[in-house]
Amino acid sequence: MTLLDDFLVRAGLAGIGTALAAAPLGCFVVWRRMAYFGDATAHAALLGVALSLAFQGPIMLGVLATALIMAILVQNLSGRGLAEDTLLGVLAHSALAIGLVAVSFLSGARLDLMGYLFGDILAVNVFDLALIWGGAAAVIALLAWRWQRLLTATLNPDLAQASGISFRAEQMVLTIALALTVAVAIKAVGALLIGALLIIPPAAARPLARTPEAMALITAAIGSGAAIAGLGASFQFDTPTGPTIVCVAAGLFCASTMLARLRA
Amino acid sequence: MRLITATGLTLQQAGKTVMRDVDMHIDRGEIVTLVGPNGSGKSSLIKGLVGAIKPLSGKVETMRGLRIGYVPQSLHMDGLLPLTVSRFLCLPDRHSRDAMARALSEAGVPDLAKAQMRTLSGGQFQRVMLARALLMSPDLLILDEATQGLDQPGAADFYRKIEHVRTHLNCAVLMVSHDLHVVMAASDRVLCLNGHVCCEGSPEVVQDAPEYQALFGTGANGAFAIYRHRHDHHHHHDHDHDHDHEDQHKHDIA
Repeated sequence: MTLLDDFLVRAGLAGIGTALAAAPLGCFVVWRRMAYFGDATAHAALLGVALSLAFQGPIMLGVLATALIMAILVQNLSGRGLAEDTLLGVLAHSALAIGLVAVSFLSGARLDLMGYLFGDILAVNVFDLALIWGGAAAVIALLAWRWQRLLTATLNPDLAQASGISFRAEQMVLTIALALTVAVAIKAVGALLIGALLIIPPAAARPLARTPEAMALITAAIGSGAAIAGLGASFQFDTPTGPTIVCVAAGLFCASTMLARLRA
Repeated sequence: MRLITATGLTLQQAGKTVMRDVDMHIDRGEIVTLVGPNGSGKSSLIKGLVGAIKPLSGKVETMRGLRIGYVPQSLHMDGLLPLTVSRFLCLPDRHSRDAMARALSEAGVPDLAKAQMRTLSGGQFQRVMLARALLMSPDLLILDEATQGLDQPGAADFYRKIEHVRTHLNCAVLMVSHDLHVVMAASDRVLCLNGHVCCEGSPEVVQDAPEYQALFGTGANGAFAIYRHRHDHHHHHDHDHDHDHEDQHKHDIA
């Protein structure tokens, strides 16, 4: 365990674990235009933090539960009157605001609000690390198991149904994976930037990939690279780590987009 | 053998009843066509049959283990999902490279395996969709306006492929189309829809039915006669072509 005694090694491993969990799911978020859906779910995580602290339960469990409830809520409310982006906007921002209000009821000594909004990857302990990698493994296993069905349902709901694949069931798989990913990622990048970690690496990978699998792998590489480079840069320049990781990912997105333009 | 049976099927979409009280069935080996004006519920009925819409009332029964090859009306590919043709053919079931090559050449697009889906033309796309449906070795092939975006010779060629496939796989075919005369002529049975089944029967029966003529007028009849299918041996017009000649005629045009 001597290697894990180094906080930078722990932080690096946490970053990579988070990036690996976010990679395949992020691809689906991009393919299915679920960006706002990811945001709404991630923002609900803050409320989960507040509830966990109020009831003195494990943070990750509270986050997982609220993220799951939020995701199911969004899924069931969509397609009922309001335009989807409006509805998701209402829910995403309300969830964040309710979370912030809920947190304010707790005494300040117990809570580092910034840590939950922007992540606190340098404070990851071995137990957190085990949860992150366990969660990441669960997300990847779930998506790998349903991969073919998820892709078919993503192409076209009717096409999937004709092959005996239930669109709603696959939607639920993604919802569960999303809640798990949010719970995994809140320590590394915080509630506000989970959405960024879901969207930016796959967006950067898109021009470089010819198949869905290649895109998921390239996304994982870009996400992990951004985590390591962001960690190094934040150490070098004394900047907040989570935002620095997202900045590096955004830089990679610009680079891959320009590369695609040059090749075209 | 009966593949699929709908009994008293009523379907709702977005709170509106789009199809009511449908009784229909499809047997192995037959080609059944749905015709009807826009918004008459043709696509909804198909979605109801494949289970994409839950019935409001009534039921759909399918043969155990029924394999459906489905070519939907439109499949929007926006390029967010990178997908080669051969990867697309492997959704949801994987197939060997040989099987894919056979299906692609049977569908008339042997050279496209490595192309990206979003770069295909309308005609290429529909043929790839057909190849995918063929790979499932379907009992029932469903084509919903499968010739949209094809010109008339392209559509005729496409339907010739379908007939060949039907004979080859001994599957049933359920089609929806606007190309009334071409499609109807290639059918064993036609169902004319307008929110319900207005009339049904052989192409001849349907084209003479007052319900059909109320929807489409009698103008389609002349063209329909030209495209008459060769396995129909009743000639209502007084051309003196023999059957072989009529076959030739059909292949030239249809």
